[in-house]
Amino acid sequence: MIIRGNAHVFGNDIDTDVIIPARYLNTYDHDELAKHAMEGIESDFYKKVTKGDVIVAGSNFGSGSSREHAPIALMAVGISLVIARSFARIFYRNAFNIGLPLLEVSEDIDSIKSGTPLEVNLDTGLIKELLTNRVYKAKSVPQFMQELLSAGGLMNYMEKKIK
Amino acid sequence: MEMTITEKILALHAGLDHVEPGELIMAKVDLALGNDVTAPIAIDEFRRHNGKDVFDRQKVVLVPDHFTPNKDIKSAIQCKILRDFAKEKGIENYFEVGAAGIEHALLPESGLVAPGDLIIGADSHTCTYGAVGAFSTGVGSTDLAAAMMSGKAWFKVPQTIKFVYHSSSNGRLKDWVYGKDVILYTIGQIGVDGALYKAMEFTGDVIDAMNMSGRFTICNMVIEAGGKNGVVIPDTTTSNYVNQRVKRPYTVFASDKGARYENIYEYDLTNLKPQVAFPHLPENTRNIDEVGRIDIDQAFVGSCTNGWIEDLRIAASVIRGRKVNTNVRMIVIPATRKIYQQALKEGLIEAFVEAGAVFSTPTCGPCLGGHMGVLAPGERAVATTNRNFKGRMGDLRSEVYLANPAIVAASAVLGRIGSPEELGIEGGVA
Ligand code: SF4
Repeated sequence: MIIRGNAHVFGNDIDTDVIIPARYLNTYDHDELAKHAMEGIESDFYKKVTKGDVIVAGSNFGSGSSREHAPIALMAVGISLVIARSFARIFYRNAFNIGLPLLEVSEDIDSIKSGTPLEVNLDTGLIKELLTNRVYKAKSVPQFMQELLSAGGLMNYMEKKIK
Repeated sequence: MEMTITEKILALHAGLDHVEPGELIMAKVDLALGNDVTAPIAIDEFRRHNGKDVFDRQKVVLVPDHFTPNKDIKSAIQCKILRDFAKEKGIENYFEVGAAGIEHALLPESGLVAPGDLIIGADSHTCTYGAVGAFSTGVGSTDLAAAMMSGKAWFKVPQTIKFVYHSSSNGRLKDWVYGKDVILYTIGQIGVDGALYKAMEFTGDVIDAMNMSGRFTICNMVIEAGGKNGVVIPDTTTSNYVNQRVKRPYTVFASDKGARYENIYEYDLTNLKPQVAFPHLPENTRNIDEVGRIDIDQAFVGSCTNGWIEDLRIAASVIRGRKVNTNVRMIVIPATRKIYQQALKEGLIEAFVEAGAVFSTPTCGPCLGGHMGVLAPGERAVATTNRNFKGRMGDLRSEVYLANPAIVAASAVLGRIGSPEELGIEGGVA
């Protein structure tokens, strides 16, 4: 699967209170959550996102709470992929469980600037900066996570298994 | 093949003789927990995927605790979703407001978690129950939905890091130093991703000498180091606690001598001082005497980290006969109804209210900036909670400092972050 979108770059330890502040957790309405996505670090983030865009971040992305509202808000605002040095574990499982792909990259991705158009091949893990043609290689997505993604998330996957 | 306690519990629940770190397994769960924030999404998923009955009416637990008593219409709707679902599916462990409390204190207190259990909860601090020798970890709402349906969840078997804490006085810590300081110190040493995806096994004479509330506090905060689960191998302290509450058989596991650890950290805590975590990460820790002058607007004792009766006793021992500083709002919230009743009996509530603090019924409330003590721009709080992320307790420009209940209570009196010793109080309450 090929993803094309512009990069939105963030630093290390982007926690779930930043991705979706707790005061919005009294609802899980997707449109409402989308409006507050990343509000803890960038207000009006939702106005800057075009559907298909990609988040590029440092280490420990999604640390903190187990709120699925975090990956839901990102998906709802139009983010199609998150690339980071590493992910916090509950965020990691939540994202794949709802069908939001994540890529871990150990290479130096600091040179990717916000606004840069990217082309990502999820199957090969190759990330290309379209302006410079520079290519980064992500760690491969574990088999089970790929199955979750292609099933469209954990619930669909489980339903198939049970049948 | 030798295994750690974490590996043994996972293997048993996956129906395997042996598991290896890194292996992906499907395992049976003994308990699946959700709250008023996470369960509505799970229930929605459950219904959308034509879920009929939950896998076991005794093993699904629903606790409305974050925004309760309902703080606004939206939260009232969320709680109603839980209540209606619990009634419809005959879920036995649904806790209505008068019976409820903060989930991570309520479940152990109600005897719902036992040694050897595998527990998932759609709340990151589900790791708390490792203190009774269970494998317990936070998951998301979709995991909860799948578990409610199938009784199963997927896991990647974590590597284990072992922590060994010593003190040369038979495991005793200095006055006014508690489990909270041990875990804050540890996170300060290894960082907020120092145990990413890993199990944290807590051992040593300091743990041996520690009461259950201290152990719960330590396991509660493993997620603040990125950990998957925290665990203490059951001993007589555990069985004394568990046997008064758990009404079913359980299995005690221990790590084998030759079990493999990804790393072993040893700390001498003989001279450990109370720790304060500065904004905006739990790893920004300092000794209490290196804090400098930090004036505060709010002091909060409560949450699943430090809302236990022992914590209220410590805070009350500092506050009794003193007055909350006129520049400070002090808020005290017991974690459960039983703790509330006990505090009433022991005269702790009297001591807090007399000193000028407010004392509320159980709720998460200010811990997540929900209600009951939200901060304005530029305000500072010192709190016994577990997270000091940006905006955690209110406005993005507010600040949260994490500390133990003695420090929070002393700070409430001083009007700045400080210790009971500065008030001339000698000898810490255990
Ligand atoms: S007290 Fe705070 S950390 Fe604990 S469950 Fe409630 S909101 Fe989460």
